Amino acid sequence: MLHVGLTHFLVISIALFSLGLYAVVTRKNAVMVLMGIELILNSANINFIAFSKFGNFGLQGQLIALFVIVLAAAEAAVALAIVLNIYKTLANINVDEIDSLRD
Amino acid sequence: MTESSLINIAVTILFLPILGFIVTLLLGKKVKKIYYFENIILFFSLAGAGILAYTKLSLFHDTAITAEFTWINLGNTPLLGEIKINLGIMIDNIAALMILVVMLVSFLVHIFSIEYMRGDPRYNRYFAYLGLFTFSMAGIVLTHNILMMYMFWELVGVSSYLLIGFWFEKKSAADAGKKAFIVNRIGDVGMFIGILMLFTTYHTFTFDEIFAQISNGVLPFNSGFWMTVTGLLIFAGAIGKSAQFPLHVWLPDAMEGPTPVSALIHAATMVAAGVYLVIRVFGIMTSDALVVIATIGALSAFIPATIALTQNDIKKVLAYSTISQLGYMIMALGVGAFQFAFFHLITHAFFKAGLFLGSGSVITSMHHEQDIRQMGGLRKKMPITYYTMLIYSLAISGIPLTSGFLSKDGILAGSYAFGLLTGNSFFAIVGFFVALLTAFYMFRLMILTFHGEPRNKEKYEHAKESKLVMTLPLAVLAILSIFIWYTPNPFNPEQGWLLSKGINTHEQYIPDNTRFDFLTPAKEPVIQNEESASVMYSESYEEAIQESHIPTMLLSLLMAGLGILIAFVFYQWKKINVDKLVDRFNPLYKFSLNKWYFDELYDATAVKGTIGLSSFLGKFDSKIIDGIVNGVATFTRGFSSFIGKFDNIVIDGIVNFTAYLSGFIGLIFRRFQTGKVQTYLVFVLISVVILLFIFNSF
Repeated sequence: MLHVGLTHFLVISIALFSLGLYAVVTRKNAVMVLMGIELILNSANINFIAFSKFGNFGLQGQLIALFVIVLAAAEAAVALAIVLNIYKTLANINVDEIDSLRD
Repeated sequence: MTESSLINIAVTILFLPILGFIVTLLLGKKVKKIYYFENIILFFSLAGAGILAYTKLSLFHDTAITAEFTWINLGNTPLLGEIKINLGIMIDNIAALMILVVMLVSFLVHIFSIEYMRGDPRYNRYFAYLGLFTFSMAGIVLTHNILMMYMFWELVGVSSYLLIGFWFEKKSAADAGKKAFIVNRIGDVGMFIGILMLFTTYHTFTFDEIFAQISNGVLPFNSGFWMTVTGLLIFAGAIGKSAQFPLHVWLPDAMEGPTPVSALIHAATMVAAGVYLVIRVFGIMTSDALVVIATIGALSAFIPATIALTQNDIKKVLAYSTISQLGYMIMALGVGAFQFAFFHLITHAFFKAGLFLGSGSVITSMHHEQDIRQMGGLRKKMPITYYTMLIYSLAISGIPLTSGFLSKDGILAGSYAFGLLTGNSFFAIVGFFVALLTAFYMFRLMILTFHGEPRNKEKYEHAKESKLVMTLPLAVLAILSIFIWYTPNPFNPEQGWLLSKGINTHEQYIPDNTRFDFLTPAKEPVIQNEESASVMYSESYEEAIQESHIPTMLLSLLMAGLGILIAFVFYQWKKINVDKLVDRFNPLYKFSLNKWYFDELYDATAVKGTIGLSSFLGKFDSKIIDGIVNGVATFTRGFSSFIGKFDNIVIDGIVNFTAYLSGFIGLIFRRFQTGKVQTYLVFVLISVVILLFIFNSF
């Protein structure tokens, strides 16, 4: 029977982080970018829990993961509001075309 | 009549003519009759001068009246002590007589000019200039210091210049004015240096103070030699103004001016100012200086007299005769005949002014013909002019019963006495010989002009006697050329008031102990005291003059008579053919006719030299100085253009390169500035990865 250890968790977490990062960098749609950010947050959650389970830390990791979930919800709400506002002003949520930072 | 009122009169007659000058000049164009104002002014000046002279000679005979004020007070100067420059007026007997002569001749010339100058386009200006001249001349006469005299000296120079060149449309007149001014300038430079030497030595310009210091033994550089030099330098001014050899060349040319001007300025008054100057500064003349003065005078008497023999222009003859007579006066001063020099100045002023006015009368009636070869026979047409001019000619020749006889005889006696005392009879011989020449050329002039047959019929027909305003001055001057005004005895001038009371002897004017003894070398001024055994110059000289009186008179009469006789033989009776004589002595005749080639000589030396020097200096200026300036300019321009290029290429290059580099770098980095958040994120990731590799802790 295959023993599931810390390494497996970390691998999954890295994969999830990489996917999230990839999504953030490559997606054109702002909403997709937000979803990539959610993935990154969740990979961080997995890391917290994994280290908490295999390390000698009690329940601290799980607790922080709960905080992160709450924060992620709040962040999603704020970010969606921003996207909505961008859409209102520019009629566009394509990240490639929103380059007014350049000016 | 007090002394101060005399001073007031003197100041009034000094400044009246300048008032006339200003008013006539300013209103001349508007008011056609303004010249009457100038004439009235002159009448008042003459009246004032008459009162002045009479009062001075009768009431204040023995004192010189002075009034002065401080013009410039230099205060206590560190090296020289108290220095003040005083201006003022001095009226002594000589000045009083001189101012009367000046005003009288000036007034008569004014009257004469009313008719002579009529119709001239600058009629009023002419009278204004005459006023300026009279003012300046009065200034020379009345001043009590040599500085003020020098100022007025230059003013008469200016008015003479203006009047000689009065008809400046004629080139010859303009040139003559210029010549007179420049030649005078040469003498005046010497005079000015002399004045400065006097001032450096004595710290004053006033005559009396200078004489007083000389009598105390103060000399320039403490040497009699420098005293002589100073005296001669001041005499240089007189050489220029009185047209003495070698600066006499301007006076004949000055005849380009209107004839009354020649009478006033170039015969009677201004040219006599040189003589007057020497009389004024007689106290500074050492015996050496006096010998030089006498020699210059003798040469100036002789050379122009020989030139006058052959001249054909009526005014040129008179001009050379003027130089000759002035030479007489200067020579008289040189040999010590002080009184007679001034006496001759007065008598000459009257008869020479008369001769010029008479020639003016002839010239107008002959329609501006001045060549005596074109005249002849005018005696019947112009009796008044003829008889007055005859009196003047007799006077200048030294015939008894005329004024000229008295004064000329005195001069000749003076030079004769000088010969007796020193054994140097050169001056006496020249004096008598010139007397012969004078008589000859004057009667040559008279005979050719008035006697014989008219040589130019056409002009003769139109000739007529001049109007009263012209003949009246002639008559007045002729009357003044008679002996009676000067002495009751026509053969002894010393019995007359003029010599016994009028003209001071130089002993009265400058006491003997303040002047240099004539017969001793100029080592030091002679201080008279009991021990001095030698007889003073003045005493022995007086005796010698008394002694030589009779022989001189006979000899001079002989000379004058001989001269007149020769003139009659040559031109009236034509016993000797003059043309043949001229042919035989052709070189001499040419030499005299061409005025001893003085003009040519001066043209070849002084004028050419000056022009050559000027053109050399001009070339030096244009080539070398301009070359240096232009070289500096070219160098500066080249240097500037190099600096400019350096600026344009190097400095600008650096600046532009910096700008270009910034632009280039900007161009590169601009690529990264996409404005897309995702791109930035990628950069961040790459950077993090790179940093991880750099800070490798794995």
